[in-house]
Amino acid sequence: MSNIRKAFENGKAFIPFITCGDPDLETTAKVVRAAADAGADLIELGIPFSDPTAEGPVIQGANIRALAGGVTTDKIFDFVTELRRDVKIPLVFMTYANVVFSYGGERFMSRCKESGIDGIILPDLPYEEKDEFSDVSKKYGIDMISLIAPTSEDRAAMIAKDAEGFIYIVSSLGVTGVRSEINTDISRIVKVIRENTDVPCAVGFGISEPRQAQKMAGISDGAIVGSAIIKIIEQYGKDSPYYVGEYVRLMKEAVSGV
Amino acid sequence: MSQSKGRFGVHGGQYIPETLMNAINELEKAYNHYKDDPEFNRELTQLFNEYAGRPSLLYYAEKLTKELGGAKIYLKREDLNHTGSHKINNVLGQALLAKKMGKTRLIAETGAGQHGVATATAAALLGMECVVFMGEEDTKRQALNVYRMKLLGSEVIPVTTGTATLKDAVSEAMREWTKRISDTHYCLGSVMGPHPFPTIVRDFQAVISRESRQQILDKEGRLPDAVIACVGGGSNAIGSFYHYIPDENVRLIGCEAAGRGIDTFETAATVNTGKIGIFHGMKSYFCQDEYGQIAPVYSISAGLDYPGVGPEHAYLHDIGRAEYVPVTDDEAVNAFEYLSRVEGIIPAIESAHAVAYAMKLAPTMDKDKIIIITISGRGDKDCAAIARYRGEDIYE
Repeated sequence: MSNIRKAFENGKAFIPFITCGDPDLETTAKVVRAAADAGADLIELGIPFSDPTAEGPVIQGANIRALAGGVTTDKIFDFVTELRRDVKIPLVFMTYANVVFSYGGERFMSRCKESGIDGIILPDLPYEEKDEFSDVSKKYGIDMISLIAPTSEDRAAMIAKDAEGFIYIVSSLGVTGVRSEINTDISRIVKVIRENTDVPCAVGFGISEPRQAQKMAGISDGAIVGSAIIKIIEQYGKDSPYYVGEYVRLMKEAVSGV
Repeated sequence: MSQSKGRFGVHGGQYIPETLMNAINELEKAYNHYKDDPEFNRELTQLFNEYAGRPSLLYYAEKLTKELGGAKIYLKREDLNHTGSHKINNVLGQALLAKKMGKTRLIAETGAGQHGVATATAAALLGMECVVFMGEEDTKRQALNVYRMKLLGSEVIPVTTGTATLKDAVSEAMREWTKRISDTHYCLGSVMGPHPFPTIVRDFQAVISRESRQQILDKEGRLPDAVIACVGGGSNAIGSFYHYIPDENVRLIGCEAAGRGIDTFETAATVNTGKIGIFHGMKSYFCQDEYGQIAPVYSISAGLDYPGVGPEHAYLHDIGRAEYVPVTDDEAVNAFEYLSRVEGIIPAIESAHAVAYAMKLAPTMDKDKIIIITISGRGDKDCAAIARYRGEDIYE
């Protein structure tokens, strides 16, 4: 059974996203530990990409800062190996197809397994293209996390049927970033997912406040937050672990209150 | 079992966010319906002939031929099209298709501004809203085209992310499309991006070789020995090559922007210096580092300043059907000035890359050989930049 399921055994899950190497890997390690200690159930670790087409300005900024700081895929694998000495919650990578492709799909997945990564999210690898890496991800037991969007319509059932790890429900149209309101009928998407799989699902894109996280976790299995956390890291830099920890505590309490 | 569509050998595919998949599928379905629809084709042909000024001339450049002293040179004059480049061919097709699909708004990326101007033009003609994304760096290099787009009723959004050039304009247009899909068509300007764009854009641009093939048969009674076109994403090149692909005796030569040289980092020659990767919706060749980070590229030509190449070109390269040669800034600027002086035709700096290679190739060929160079656009837009390159500051 997928290790990722453990993230959904503590009530509703709270899932933070953190870009590796923003502003440096030493800070990222502290941020990850602070988030885990504060109750994060699973952490999405971003491997920066030069041209992240699914991201809004906040996460684009984190990608640029991380790459400017000299972070590379190899350094990130070493960093995860080090993290895994004490961080026990499930960890997944979030990056772009070219980062995996250029590293070599098999080499990438085998290093994921070695270092203790449980899954991978590739926003530019839709259902039709997942064969690009699915043989090697299966071989090394790395879950390929599928996304379902408000525009997926009749595709949602097809995607859910083949899902592994968890399903990432994209809350709204557009790119990542904080939104004041989410208007998509998430319940309807969740209903389709439940009819087709027992793989858990969490909602992301645009969530920043406890009441939004609570609402989204209420109708699914968890809430994912990226840009709001990246903003804290951008603001406090090396001092950000404490502030991220406090924020994660608040958000985990909110989703647990469902 | 998943199924990958739109492959050219290993290249192509649909590497895009889930949010866009239904829009892309809807576009494919609509295109498959309308491409064989007699009414659609009648309307498009009418727009081509009555509005864009097609067919474009195939001009025998007699003076150029004599000066170079080798093969007979013909110029396929896409610069004479309305809006001044081949971009109008694709844009009229896509805008008409979008209108049939019930879309009311076009978005586009642009490098040199030629595709942006063409899209703004089609939007004005067909009564559609239009927003063009253009790298901030390019809005400076091509200020006149920014003004033209605004004059045509379009909004121009300067893109400041990344290198603030064509690649970033594409990324930003893709991001915009994921925000607003229901009323918006992304009018992609080259034979790139996710399927079905490389096929749609090729089919609309294939009018270039459909015409030139018939024109050269009428004038010479035989096919050319070589067809030469510049390649950024590769839309005028694929249009120039397409109907000659089965004719194996016709050499197909794509001229890439080498910038300051393919042995420097300041280059945009993707096939010559890049490696296979996945970006902007497609698998193809890209300029990138060992970890797959897309490289900042450089060319004097804003229209060729792109780190990738269309997947069909990548395939034609793999199977050896087409050749892709690097042409430097210096060579292109010399050709820009040379063609202006010798034939009284000022080519776009993009097209000047093709002219530059022909200047090397023609003298090595016998006088009974024939070359067709596609002049993809006119060079008015480049005069200020070329003057600057030569150290002269002129007011635009």
